[in-house]
Amino acid sequence: MIPNEAKKRLIQIVGAENYDDTKAGRLVYSYDATPQFQSLPDAVVAPRNTQEVAEIAKICNEYRIPIVPRGSGTNLCAGTCPVEGGIVLLFKHMNRILEIDEENLTATVQPGVITLDLMRAVEEKGLFYPPDPGSMKISTIGGNISENSGGLRGLKYGVTRDYVLGLEVVLANGDVIRTGGKLAKDVAGYDLTRLLVGAEGTLGIVTEATLKLIPMPETKQTMLALYQDLEAAARSVSKIIANQIIPATLEFLDQPTLEVVEDYARIGLPTDVKAVLLIEQDGPKEVVERDMKKMADICRSEQAVSVELARSEEEAEALRTARRAALSALARLKPTTILEDATVPRSEIAKMVKAINEIAAKYQLKICTFGHAGDGNLHPTCPTDARNREEMERVEKAFEEIFAKAIELGGTITGEHGVGAMKAPYLEWKLGPAGIAAMKAIKQALDPNNIMNPGKVFAKSTRKRVVVTR
Amino acid sequence: MTTKTEQAHIQKAFQERMDEDELMNCMRCGFCLPSCPTYIESGQQETQSPRGRIALMKAVVDGLIEPDEEVERSLSLCLGCRACEQVCPSGVRYGHLLEEARDIIAQHKRMPLHVRLVRKLVFAGLFPYQERMRKATAFLGWYQRSGLRAIVRKTGLLRLLPASFRQMERVLPDVPTAKEMKNRPHRLNPDEPAKKRVAFFTGCLMDTMFMTTNDATMRLLQLAGCEVIIPPSQGCCGALHGHGGEKEMAKELAKRNIAAFEQLDVDYIVTNAGGCGAFLLEYDHLLKDDPEWCDRAAAFAAKIKDVSEVLVELEFHQLPLRVAPQTITYQDSCHLRNVMKTASAPRRLLRAIEGAEFREMKDADRCCGSAGIYNLVEPEMSMQILDYKMEMAKQTKATTIVTANPGCLLQMKLGIERAGLTESVRAVHIVDLLLEAAEGAQAVREEERIRQTS
Repeated sequence: MIPNEAKKRLIQIVGAENYDDTKAGRLVYSYDATPQFQSLPDAVVAPRNTQEVAEIAKICNEYRIPIVPRGSGTNLCAGTCPVEGGIVLLFKHMNRILEIDEENLTATVQPGVITLDLMRAVEEKGLFYPPDPGSMKISTIGGNISENSGGLRGLKYGVTRDYVLGLEVVLANGDVIRTGGKLAKDVAGYDLTRLLVGAEGTLGIVTEATLKLIPMPETKQTMLALYQDLEAAARSVSKIIANQIIPATLEFLDQPTLEVVEDYARIGLPTDVKAVLLIEQDGPKEVVERDMKKMADICRSEQAVSVELARSEEEAEALRTARRAALSALARLKPTTILEDATVPRSEIAKMVKAINEIAAKYQLKICTFGHAGDGNLHPTCPTDARNREEMERVEKAFEEIFAKAIELGGTITGEHGVGAMKAPYLEWKLGPAGIAAMKAIKQALDPNNIMNPGKVFAKSTRKRVVVTR
Repeated sequence: MTTKTEQAHIQKAFQERMDEDELMNCMRCGFCLPSCPTYIESGQQETQSPRGRIALMKAVVDGLIEPDEEVERSLSLCLGCRACEQVCPSGVRYGHLLEEARDIIAQHKRMPLHVRLVRKLVFAGLFPYQERMRKATAFLGWYQRSGLRAIVRKTGLLRLLPASFRQMERVLPDVPTAKEMKNRPHRLNPDEPAKKRVAFFTGCLMDTMFMTTNDATMRLLQLAGCEVIIPPSQGCCGALHGHGGEKEMAKELAKRNIAAFEQLDVDYIVTNAGGCGAFLLEYDHLLKDDPEWCDRAAAFAAKIKDVSEVLVELEFHQLPLRVAPQTITYQDSCHLRNVMKTASAPRRLLRAIEGAEFREMKDADRCCGSAGIYNLVEPEMSMQILDYKMEMAKQTKATTIVTANPGCLLQMKLGIERAGLTESVRAVHIVDLLLEAAEGAQAVREEERIRQTS
């Protein structure tokens, strides 16, 4: 509950029209795209500028009211689910592209800008902002920064972190700090920019960002390689990397995923093969053609039954769009869709795919796998039904085994979705107790009252580690 | 306003009737948000988005919240355009959820007396009876022609009506007389040997207020080589009832239409109004729990096709079509596009017209704000959406805005009027423009023939 006094002061700051504590108004911000997480905030507040955000932080700090900054609520780790109540902070008024600097190749934006809108705006100037999360049509830059979102192009171009040069951040005590800047080099002090990217709103509130842009690649080609053997497809991925080719995109989809995606997109995807690799390369024409040919040869040498180039940009775009819809399309199969993003070193992709299938069989579950195979980031997804308690237990056990296996292979529990509330109980598996303690020390220093998105990243208790003997 | 008791009844009915699997099918990915006109126009309010509305419906079922005023407000501000279904990777049938929720609320809420009376008059007393529709239209015609309209407009009597009704009065078409509406055809022969035998669904408003558009539709079908059957026992499709929370009445109308058409041996049942066509197409869903009717409804629905699809199939666009030089653009009918999945056929037909330069309008697939009677009951949001639409239309510099549904047509006319473009821009139903083009080409041929023989 928000004390009356605090409510009054918050309304004074943002205006009554930007403060909503009606039941319906709160309910629609009680969730994000993560299944099985829902919790009502006490109020929803939409500030109009940094100053207002800072004043809100001060009040919340004084009254110990949790603040959950939220973009479009598309994250998959319950990062924006207000698990401890408090206020959900919206950025619908702070959604302007402030500047596209063509001399320094940077863009300065407010957090509420939609990712795709930014991409389009810079593309008009021949520039390129590569991070392209699946939800880019609606996700916001603020959300991307807080979750350090990846995407299809991560393998060659990196993730959101690699494009954030500077931030304006409101801290828990209401201080406004600026980190980094339009600088290619900057070693003045701790790299707070990197710390805050992916901090999931637990250390501060991003109110402005300066992003790096790069020149638009000259050309692009897209191809589809089809396989009757899942592991052969995975082996091709590792082999392409081992051959020192870094494609712009190297995506993996298995048969069940292909079926649902085709059911949604209807673009003529093959559904009679066991796996597909969606491969793209961009850059100068000669390089692209040479790389595509080399990769096609590698795929064929690994028993790809067919390797075909997209005939047009429309066809290529349809393939990419279809791939981005994979997760939501999988939701067609069953009422609940549990998705993970275990990530392993790229050389271990085939082993991971094999392990996922064995684990699925062991727990008698259907697990569909797709993902950014080229960067080792897989999305094993289990269509299930939250109402079926017994099955849900098996799902949980299976995913615990998948996490454990990923770590065993030198990987991580989450490659791009974040820890949030969902994976907090497993974080220690990856970091160890000392790693957790170091992170907690940072959190404690910047947010002593624990008002910044509480209940995320750090769990009240860690899950008992599963021992994988295989 | 609903009382606590009403809310309790609504909640119980939600728990009994809402399709829980469908509600759970929404995985809240948010892909629908950018497609939702009310989400955009409300400045990104989640309560005004499909994801938010589904969450609210589910929360009522789960007992997390009561179906209070805000919930009701959120549901009633939805246009029902179903653009969200098109982009939903999970395939959530949002339209069905909305319809059920609205029906539950309408059935359990005690509305003010005047609303109840108007609803009864319109839903039960007028639309189901084609003869009464004719009389009402004839009365409107008398109003328009007798000079009464001029007096009413002059004296400012219309100011007694809400602004939205007043504006609507201005854009209503000149309607046919009672005499003209009598003796409608029951069967028409094709101009050439029949390629297809089709039945024509005339609709209630389309066969009265928009009778000339119906005539043009039948004429086009003849030109394209169709034998056209028009069963006289058909009537209103029930869409207005279905979307307005009168599902039971909609079912009765559906049964009447199924019975009227099912004995006919035809290839297609042709419609020329996206709103009606989409509702007819989903009769199988409407009657899914009625064992006597569900299969018959499915057989009926399988034959529904929009006139533009039939014309393209019969290669009507290969015939000579010509109009005076002009720029045209096309505003999708939401239900034609999102439910009947007809989007390319109308464009193909329009592109085939000589003299007309077709320019695609930005966001042509976004609702124009007409949405059945939405523009009358939610004028503020409707006009906000319409003004955006007119901005986009203006950018194309089109002098003719083409639509494929009577509601959209009136709304575009209203938009033209609001934008002060009545002198330079017109709105037409696609079949009217196509007939104009077919006759235009015919006239040119005639001229050439006369010139050659003389």
